[in-house]
Amino acid sequence: MIGLSHYLVVAAILFAISIAGMFLNRKNMLVLLMCIELMLLAVNLNFIAFSHYMDDMAGQIFVFFILTVAAAEAAIGLAILVVLFRSRRTINVQELNGLKG
Amino acid sequence: METVYLAIPLAPLFGAIIAGLFGKQIGRNLSHWVTTGSVALAFLLSLFVFKHITLDGGAVYNGAVYTWAVVDNVKMEIGFLIDNLTILMMLVVTFVSLMVHIYTIGYMHDDPGYQRFFSYISLFTFAMLMLVMSNNFLQLFFGWEAVGLVSYLLIGFWYEKDTAVYANMKAFIVNRIGDLGFLLGIAIILIYTSSLDYTVAFEKFEVHKMNLPGIFPLTVGPLTALDGVDALDLALVLLFIGAMGKSAQVPLHVWLPDSMEGPTPISALIHAATMVTAGIFMVARMSPLYELSDIALNVILTVGATTAFFMGLVGIVQNDIKRVIAYSTLSQLGYMTVALGASAYSAAVFHLMTHAFFKALLFLAAGSVIIAMHHEQDMRKMGGLRRYMPITYWTALIGSLALIGFPGFSGFFSKDLIIEAVHKSELVMADYAYVMVVLGVFVTAFYTFRMFFMVFHGDERMDDHTLAHLRESPKVVTTPLILLAIPSVLAGFLIDPVALGDFFNQVLLPVKEGFREVTTIMVDGSKHAAIPELRESYHGIPGFILHGFLSPAVWLAAAGAALAWYTYMKNDEVADWFYDHFGWLHKVLSEKYYLDAFNQKVLANGALYLGNSLWALGDKLLIDGLFVGGTVKVVKRGAALISRLQTGYLYHYAFSMVLGVTLMVAWILFVYSS
Repeated sequence: MIGLSHYLVVAAILFAISIAGMFLNRKNMLVLLMCIELMLLAVNLNFIAFSHYMDDMAGQIFVFFILTVAAAEAAIGLAILVVLFRSRRTINVQELNGLKG
Repeated sequence: METVYLAIPLAPLFGAIIAGLFGKQIGRNLSHWVTTGSVALAFLLSLFVFKHITLDGGAVYNGAVYTWAVVDNVKMEIGFLIDNLTILMMLVVTFVSLMVHIYTIGYMHDDPGYQRFFSYISLFTFAMLMLVMSNNFLQLFFGWEAVGLVSYLLIGFWYEKDTAVYANMKAFIVNRIGDLGFLLGIAIILIYTSSLDYTVAFEKFEVHKMNLPGIFPLTVGPLTALDGVDALDLALVLLFIGAMGKSAQVPLHVWLPDSMEGPTPISALIHAATMVTAGIFMVARMSPLYELSDIALNVILTVGATTAFFMGLVGIVQNDIKRVIAYSTLSQLGYMTVALGASAYSAAVFHLMTHAFFKALLFLAAGSVIIAMHHEQDMRKMGGLRRYMPITYWTALIGSLALIGFPGFSGFFSKDLIIEAVHKSELVMADYAYVMVVLGVFVTAFYTFRMFFMVFHGDERMDDHTLAHLRESPKVVTTPLILLAIPSVLAGFLIDPVALGDFFNQVLLPVKEGFREVTTIMVDGSKHAAIPELRESYHGIPGFILHGFLSPAVWLAAAGAALAWYTYMKNDEVADWFYDHFGWLHKVLSEKYYLDAFNQKVLANGALYLGNSLWALGDKLLIDGLFVGGTVKVVKRGAALISRLQTGYLYHYAFSMVLGVTLMVAWILFVYSS
């Protein structure tokens, strides 16, 4: 029987993977965006699991909103990425340290 | 009457404000009219008060007209004490001031600062009147400082001259030293009487001295360290230090000769006739206190005698006509101070009055000479002016005779009285003082007639251009000379009421049990009997004059004048011979006993060195280096350290964010689980 805890564990693993991806990735900006998407999906999974478990539709409706916003965010993120590439001729994360103090 | 008292000082203040603030708008003529008019009004009102109180025997007025502040039961008031001493001072101040106002119209005619000058001298009259009319120490101090301020402004009137600016700074600083003593003296009196009022101070100290023999111990604060010192002695000596600054007594006299950098009318008004007598007036006003302290009287006697003789000596070697008169002023102020020390307060005030007239006359005559000489002040370039300036010549002669104490002239009465009083004084320092003042008479006569002969007699030593333009000064200059010459001759005949009579015996505080009557000028006849004895032996003016011929003073004066005549008119070689054989003495005198050099080298440079060290140590090292610079350094280094955390890499920021969230969650869990 697959219970709530299994869903939560999967979501947590996905979240952890996405965080690890963010830290370990030193090369490509695109991977960072993908990690963020993965993080959102992990959270969505939590929402759905709790929604089903608690028999409350609000959580699942929330997921639709999050997916919509995530889609928009991905679009904006990619657009920024294109602009960034045009100006810096690179999307190598290790070279993007303009905030250095 | 209160309105009249209030109007007397306020009229000149009004004139000063109008001429000072609106001088440009109302023009030169209106400026001198409004100031001269207001001072004339003050003079007329003073005459009215003189008639009301002195002649008609009106009551002494002692009251406050305005309460400025009350702090811890100490009232700070503007009030007037109007008795004969005040009235005499008011008359002298307003009369001389009026003469100087009129004279200034002629003297400053072409000066661009005409209105400013009138504003200043009116302001001075206001300040001096506030000083003499005061009934409390606070207002006295206000007047004291205000006359000092105006004196500073007027010495530096020609502020483009470096020497004038130097001189006014010097006057200001030296006066501050005296004023510090003055302020401390007032503070001690305030501590012991909890009041600033004169009469309260008189009463408290009088009661104390009468009922509790022994010293008045110093019990307040750090003063307890001065064990065995009488509070009253200390307060009175400190007050006298203030008087030494204002009345230019050794060693605080150094500012007065330099103050001659100011325009001549100022030298006459402030630095000869009125302001410098403030110290004399103050001590006379405080006579009920000074009578209680022999120590203070001895100090006064010594300082005055030293000033009277040694400053006169310096006058002999001066060549600037105004400086000769300045040193003569110092010497005469010394005489007044000696009289105060000998408890002959009335004689001191009497000499103050006669001196005000003849010294203002001499200064204004010198100014008249300076106008004629095209602002040449060196006597070596004058001579023979008698033929060209008859009015100036005769008035200067009257002033000189009054100054040396020629029998019958005003100076004779006052100076002879002082010498007699010192002779009769029984204080420790009285013998020293007597020798000094008697020798001083010779010196006075010598330098006065040296100046007189060098200026008015002998060959004309000026250049041809000046010689061609020599003529008598205009009427506006000579009129005050004539008006001042009259009291210079006649004021001496007031000796009976003023100096020896009961003029100053108005009662300020009536007799009570264990308490003597306090009068305007109080003399303790049992200890300081000089004036009471002189009063007994006085038998009218002819007798006094005859008696004068029996004392050495008149003969010494005659000898001094004769020596001056012989040296400067008959036989030039005397001066040269003296110069050759006593060159060192001449050097010491022309260097003014090296006091200026000492002040400059030791005191001024010492203060400079101290200031520089404090600047290097305190300002540069401690404040700039440690406090200000230190803060900057800490912030700068800390920021450099912290800024290294900002790597600019996204994954570092994300990492720290996650770490932070993790720690926060962990903390919350930890708190809620336990």
